[in-house]
Amino acid sequence: MNQNQSIVHIDGLKKHFPVMHGIVFERQVGAVRAVDGLTFEIHRGETLGLVGESGCGKTTAGRTILGLYPLTEGSVKIDGHDINNKDSENILAIRRKAQMIFQDPFASLNPRWTVNAIVSEPMRVHKLFPDQKTRTEKVKELLTLVGMSSRLVNRFPHEFSGGQRQRIGIARALAPEPLFIVCDEPISALDVSIQAQVVNLLEDLQDRFNLSYLFIAHDLSMVRHICDRVAVMYLGIIVELASRNDLYETPLHPYSQALLSAVPIPDPRKDRARNRIILTGDVPSPLNPPSGCRFHPRCPIAIDRCSVDEPEWREIASNHWVSCHLV
Amino acid sequence: MDKILQINNLRTIFNTPEGIVHAVNGVSFHISEGETLAVVGESGCGKTVTMLSILGLIPIPPGEIVSGSAYYHNKDLLQLPEEELERIRGREIAMIFQDPMTSLNPVLTIGRQLTEPLTLHLGFDQQKAIQRAVEMLTFVGIPDAEKRLDAYPHQFSGGMRQRVMIAMALGCAPSIAIADEPTTALDVTIQAQIIELVIRLREELGMAILWITHDLGVVAGLAERVIVMYSGLILEEADVYNLYENPCHPYTTALLGALPRVDYTRHQRLDSIPGAPPNLLIEPKHCPFAPRCQFVMDICREQMPQLELIGSDHQIACWVDIHTGKSR
Amino acid sequence: METTPDAIVHLIPDELETPPLTLWQLAWRRFRRHKMAIFGSISLLVLIIYSFGGAFIYTEAYANFTETGIRLQPPSAAHPFGTDTVGRDILARTIYGGQISLLIGLTAMLVQLFIGVLIGAISGYFGGRIDSILMRFTEAVLIIPQIFLLLVMAKFFGSKIPDITVLGRTFSGSVVVIVFIIGITSWPYLARIVRAEFLSLKENEFILAAHSTGTPTFQIIFRHILPNSMAPIIVAATLGVASAITLEAYISFLGLGVRPPTATWGNMLEGAYNYIDTAYWLWLFPGLLITLIVLSINFIGDGLRDALDPRSRAI
Repeated sequence: MNQNQSIVHIDGLKKHFPVMHGIVFERQVGAVRAVDGLTFEIHRGETLGLVGESGCGKTTAGRTILGLYPLTEGSVKIDGHDINNKDSENILAIRRKAQMIFQDPFASLNPRWTVNAIVSEPMRVHKLFPDQKTRTEKVKELLTLVGMSSRLVNRFPHEFSGGQRQRIGIARALAPEPLFIVCDEPISALDVSIQAQVVNLLEDLQDRFNLSYLFIAHDLSMVRHICDRVAVMYLGIIVELASRNDLYETPLHPYSQALLSAVPIPDPRKDRARNRIILTGDVPSPLNPPSGCRFHPRCPIAIDRCSVDEPEWREIASNHWVSCHLV
Repeated sequence: MDKILQINNLRTIFNTPEGIVHAVNGVSFHISEGETLAVVGESGCGKTVTMLSILGLIPIPPGEIVSGSAYYHNKDLLQLPEEELERIRGREIAMIFQDPMTSLNPVLTIGRQLTEPLTLHLGFDQQKAIQRAVEMLTFVGIPDAEKRLDAYPHQFSGGMRQRVMIAMALGCAPSIAIADEPTTALDVTIQAQIIELVIRLREELGMAILWITHDLGVVAGLAERVIVMYSGLILEEADVYNLYENPCHPYTTALLGALPRVDYTRHQRLDSIPGAPPNLLIEPKHCPFAPRCQFVMDICREQMPQLELIGSDHQIACWVDIHTGKSR
Repeated sequence: METTPDAIVHLIPDELETPPLTLWQLAWRRFRRHKMAIFGSISLLVLIIYSFGGAFIYTEAYANFTETGIRLQPPSAAHPFGTDTVGRDILARTIYGGQISLLIGLTAMLVQLFIGVLIGAISGYFGGRIDSILMRFTEAVLIIPQIFLLLVMAKFFGSKIPDITVLGRTFSGSVVVIVFIIGITSWPYLARIVRAEFLSLKENEFILAAHSTGTPTFQIIFRHILPNSMAPIIVAATLGVASAITLEAYISFLGLGVRPPTATWGNMLEGAYNYIDTAYWLWLFPGLLITLIVLSINFIGDGLRDALDPRSRAI
């Protein structure tokens, strides 16, 4: 893993969705602060995991990083290109280098298009090959690469299973020869035995093409398996960022600790012997994040200061960053 | 311990324009008083259809229960008329579903939905029913229970709704609670809360639990016995420790091998299972897992293995001994 | 770590067991099973054969031939549907009237389709200010009672266009006016449907995927979203034909429709009001034909709605 070569730089990224009120004259009365200040880098060939529960903003973050949602504040640079630069050439270049794999295999492929049309679309848009014949050949190569028969080019998405559709989606993402792929919960909708197939495929592709992944997920066991570094999100911000083993073996933030202790282990003796940290209450809404540290209402070790001051983002150990007053 | 539910050779099919879907192909198992049994399998394995068949909740047509019996305290549920089934459902055998948003009526208050089974099944008067409802809500950990009675389902979060579902299910103190993927749609910290609640309730109420899921992690923490289903059949049944420490069916081993772990980093590749789930339009006449099995032998493709005891409290339906690679 | 090109995936390449089946083929299968829809299709076919095939038996001149001596005659061997107020053979008129009624139905639908889809697509896709403006305009058109609008426009423009000759038939220019005014007053219904489809479809992940690929907006609207919104559009368009035919009947009955001698099933009802019980054959036959065609189209529309419903994925 190349520490020096970062291809994605994110600085102070915020994405707020305004809440409007009024029938005739709408005015903004508040905002859903889905992403509220992210700063991190992704290196070449690395898989960075972004984990958190529903409402933490990880999916919004993934989409905003690719410029699919206009950002509210901050900057994102992908291989030197700034997504704030709206120049069409710039945007097209970013669209080529950065791709996305989606969560829902049933909704992420156009049901009226053939596999060939779906996978060759990026090639068409970026004018990569001169004619449809060449593009079709390339589509067949990509299908073989993801473990599907090239004879299936003229079939439609509804004829495939969830796992197969995910692989078509992966083939589509690979078509423009990208450097960076945002994987937005790519396996949560799949059966266990198929999840392993797809994850193995993603890893093989990464080795082959030196791809970088932002792996957004809520399945912490899978994240431990595939990621090099992991960032834990809560209510729009990252509360802890560390290398995989550091995070899983010595989580420092109380939320990370609770999260990890809540994940079931498929080993009855181990699972029943654990000390689970059960959090009280529900995940609060990003419309009105708590004052001070966002986690303080549910935090088992919160002190007075936690409800007043927002904690600093500090490097506690080598490459292990936490945002907490008590660490 | 007494067996309170005994299922024998249940077969359920669905008649569709494309053919007959063989959803459940001969399932037999039992659950004892106060026991927690987990039914594990991937989508399409028939675990939900099995439960719905037992409770008479399969739409007929296109569904059809071809054979089998489901004895609950000497009564075959599959032969009972609807009125009698209604008395048992909700009162003695409760069901908790996956998505609380669609299983709770959005236009009725929580209070109304909680008190209804009490007044209907137990003959409580309104006053008593409300009191009991408040007790149940508090029991499942919902604060300010009295005020929340007038609230509607959409005013609760996912985890809270699941608690309400549990309160509804347990209001009549059933002897069996059947939970179909109750925590799959919930966040992991909320899931932990719900599981902790179920464990506590189990201890206090002494009811049997049938927990249907695909999540082998949840099963490890909750179950006493486990059934592994595939293509409408039971492939392995064991005490929970035996299942995880000494799985004997190739499917179970493969499933466990495909799981990543949160407590240690696994080797480079997860053991993925090649191939695809079985086509339910074809009635299985031989082992349904054969096309994907690494231990497959000729007999596996010709004959259907039966569930056989291989140790105390450990049964598998398989022709092969995976420890030696030879026929059993 | 070097991996050889073939070793990248250790899977057996996935094949499919079933033969290819496009979504249209699936829809056709479902449609076939809908008995009423098949009945509707057959009767529509019969009506089309009646109107166009019948032209080989009776000439248009015959249909327009007035002979006041035999006016208001009940059905007989010579005139199976009787004669009208100026002695024209009703059967022949229903044949040629059918051609015009069908033509009006079809072309009015095309007009409303074009306008409705365009406005609905732009409104639904872009949202915001554009959507507000277009939708207020749509609602304005909707608020004005359609019949009223039609009547006013028919009165005003009705006689202003000269006769047209197309494919050997000459008919009154008022047909064009009727088509046009039905079309421009009926599109709001379709526009809202299209807008609703676009609003929901544009949030789909495959649209997001198209964005992330870099696909230009024009292609997203016309190549991605529009083909996926065909189902409700087809259904609405089909029902639009029926409603156009009915509307034409309304206006004609009130005397402001297609000008005679060009016949339509609608304008044959004009003036029949005075003879409701004395000469039932004046209104019975055209009335039956209108009923039959509207019913048939509605059945077909029902069948299409079920057949094209994307939610019945299994099949």
